[in-house]
Amino acid sequence: MASSAEWFREFRDARKMEALAADIRKMRPGRISIMEVCGGHTHVIMRYGLNQMLPADIRFVHGPGCPVCIIPKERIDQAIALARCDDVVLVTLADLMRVPGSSSSLIRERAEGRDIRMVYSPMDVLKIAGDAPEKQVVYFAIGFETTAPLTAALVHTVLQSGTENVLIHMNHVLVPPALDAVMGADDVAIQAFIAPGHVTAITGIGIYRGLCERHQVPVVVSGFEPVDMLQSVRMILEQMEAGRAEVAIQYTRAVQPEGNPKAQALVAEYFAVRDGFRWRGLGEIPASGLALKPDYAGLDAEVCFADRLQVAPVDDHRVCICGEILRGKQEPTDCPVFGRACTPGNPMGACMVSSEGACHAYLTYQQVR
Amino acid sequence: MQKILLAHGGGGEETGALIREVFQKHFSNEALNALEDAAVLSWPTDRIAFTTDSFTVDPPFFSGGDIGKLAVAGTVNDLCVMGARARFLSAGFIIEEGFPLQDLETIAVSMAREASLSGLSIVTGDTKVMPRGDLKGIVINTSGVGEILYDGLSASAVATGDTIIVSGTVGDHGACILASREGIDFKLALESDCASLWPLVASVLDSGARVHAMRDPTRGGLAAVLNEWARQSAVEIEVAEEAVPVHNAVRGACELLGIEPTHLASEGRVVLAVHAAAAEAVLAALQSHSAGEGSRVIGTVLASERPRVVLRSAHNTRRIMDPPSGEILPRIC
Repeated sequence: MASSAEWFREFRDARKMEALAADIRKMRPGRISIMEVCGGHTHVIMRYGLNQMLPADIRFVHGPGCPVCIIPKERIDQAIALARCDDVVLVTLADLMRVPGSSSSLIRERAEGRDIRMVYSPMDVLKIAGDAPEKQVVYFAIGFETTAPLTAALVHTVLQSGTENVLIHMNHVLVPPALDAVMGADDVAIQAFIAPGHVTAITGIGIYRGLCERHQVPVVVSGFEPVDMLQSVRMILEQMEAGRAEVAIQYTRAVQPEGNPKAQALVAEYFAVRDGFRWRGLGEIPASGLALKPDYAGLDAEVCFADRLQVAPVDDHRVCICGEILRGKQEPTDCPVFGRACTPGNPMGACMVSSEGACHAYLTYQQVR
Repeated sequence: MQKILLAHGGGGEETGALIREVFQKHFSNEALNALEDAAVLSWPTDRIAFTTDSFTVDPPFFSGGDIGKLAVAGTVNDLCVMGARARFLSAGFIIEEGFPLQDLETIAVSMAREASLSGLSIVTGDTKVMPRGDLKGIVINTSGVGEILYDGLSASAVATGDTIIVSGTVGDHGACILASREGIDFKLALESDCASLWPLVASVLDSGARVHAMRDPTRGGLAAVLNEWARQSAVEIEVAEEAVPVHNAVRGACELLGIEPTHLASEGRVVLAVHAAAAEAVLAALQSHSAGEGSRVIGTVLASERPRVVLRSAHNTRRIMDPPSGEILPRIC
């Protein structure tokens, strides 16, 4: 732990960053829009002001890669409905706590006395279940391909250990269908992608081949430090100069081209792709989520509590432009309620919900020149 | 093990025993020992500062301190950033039924030790017990009066050209508590910075340097203090990001959890706005003290039409440093 700050220092080195930015300026790329898919990348751009270092005609478009932000309201309502059941302990990861559903949030429900716990690792669910054998413990699972293996490992351990009081509410979603949905919209002008590093560490780079070939766009898998991201931008511009459109890895210290086969196998064993999943801001996207396989329906909270859970879609307020922001057509500052009626304390739309959301990042790291 | 019972807060025999065997035993002084309904104080001074604060911390015992030390140091610090030396404290205890008596005594011992460091007396107090489950563990309120030895310190007195100094690493206490909270189960090689600031602050004020404002960056952290100054004094404060001292373990934990060290509480640090000409002398006075060895100049105050706090990075980009809002929650990925 003591060395962690030392470890990332070289990836935040001001001189390295300035040298990379100078390289990029020299390349004179002209007007291009690069979508950084992952909310973590959005956060880094805003926190370090990378957009201030680059020529104004390189525009970052902030993608749908924040798993907390894109959970639709009806699924938050389901979490709340579960927490309100007698003898249920609802367990989830922390920043989902403040996401408002149609009329409440988990943080407010906890204040009302519901048993809602935050964990840092899904495996902590086992301890909670062991300590309260008379309770039904429901894990509200969220995240992209990155965290799905952790939920699969929980399922595996629950089955192996014969734990009888754990259920899973599955909200895992997949990156490639969301990117296809973004690119499929009319008049979208995105010329390149910075792809999420940790998703790719699990899946490998194969998941971007279709996107890259269909739309002839460079895709660079990037790390999460400012030097990583500037290097990724340079790699994108190099491809463009050479007239190439390939999937490349900048984040070689974490990502192997084939990903993590063990994690992939664990996911494949327990989870299947859903017919569709509704994304907050983007709507229904075919084959974009994971569910427990029918063999494990006994662990599926959506099955076991089907009579208690409302499934009708609940949309955001109509003034919210998150859908347009997630498609790169508008910026957070274009929104009439940004920072006024819509704030991190009272988010009206997907992008303000979590610290990884684009609007949240804009508000947290307001840039001044 | 003996536990606190509802009867201990009932005002009867058990309450009397608790006062004698725990509070009087450790806090003993003339005003308290009189056991009247109010402490009678003789104190010839014409300017006093008066403050109150309540302390709830979960867990009550943490690396580097406990709720008792915090309750005394917190009130001492609120007084001393107003240029006042704490003289008398009251202590109100609200305790959950079943709280271990031994733990209460440990807390009292630690309060007494902290009080003696600043030369103050705990002269009056109160104990209430709430039924099990109505409260988690213990809540302590302390109020304090102090003698103003240095006049004119104010959040509205920060002036263009001032230098901003912080007396050590920021966020140690907040990170420590966050790490030991239920749900985030990892250990940090880190202690809370919880401490009474009087001796450190006295050495600065005694030097005669021109200090315009002082604050202890508790809840809301450094970011909250600087934003309050910017607003109240109508100035822009520019902070050099790499100059803000942050313990490596705190930085690591913040990276992991997706939170800002400047949003986390310190309980033994002071932030100062000083006249630029006095900056060097103040820094030297702070650094000559063991509690202020880590003092650094972190920023300057600029004239601006908009009150705001701006963070300048090492690579020369600028962004707003906002105060935190809402409960600090770790992000998921």
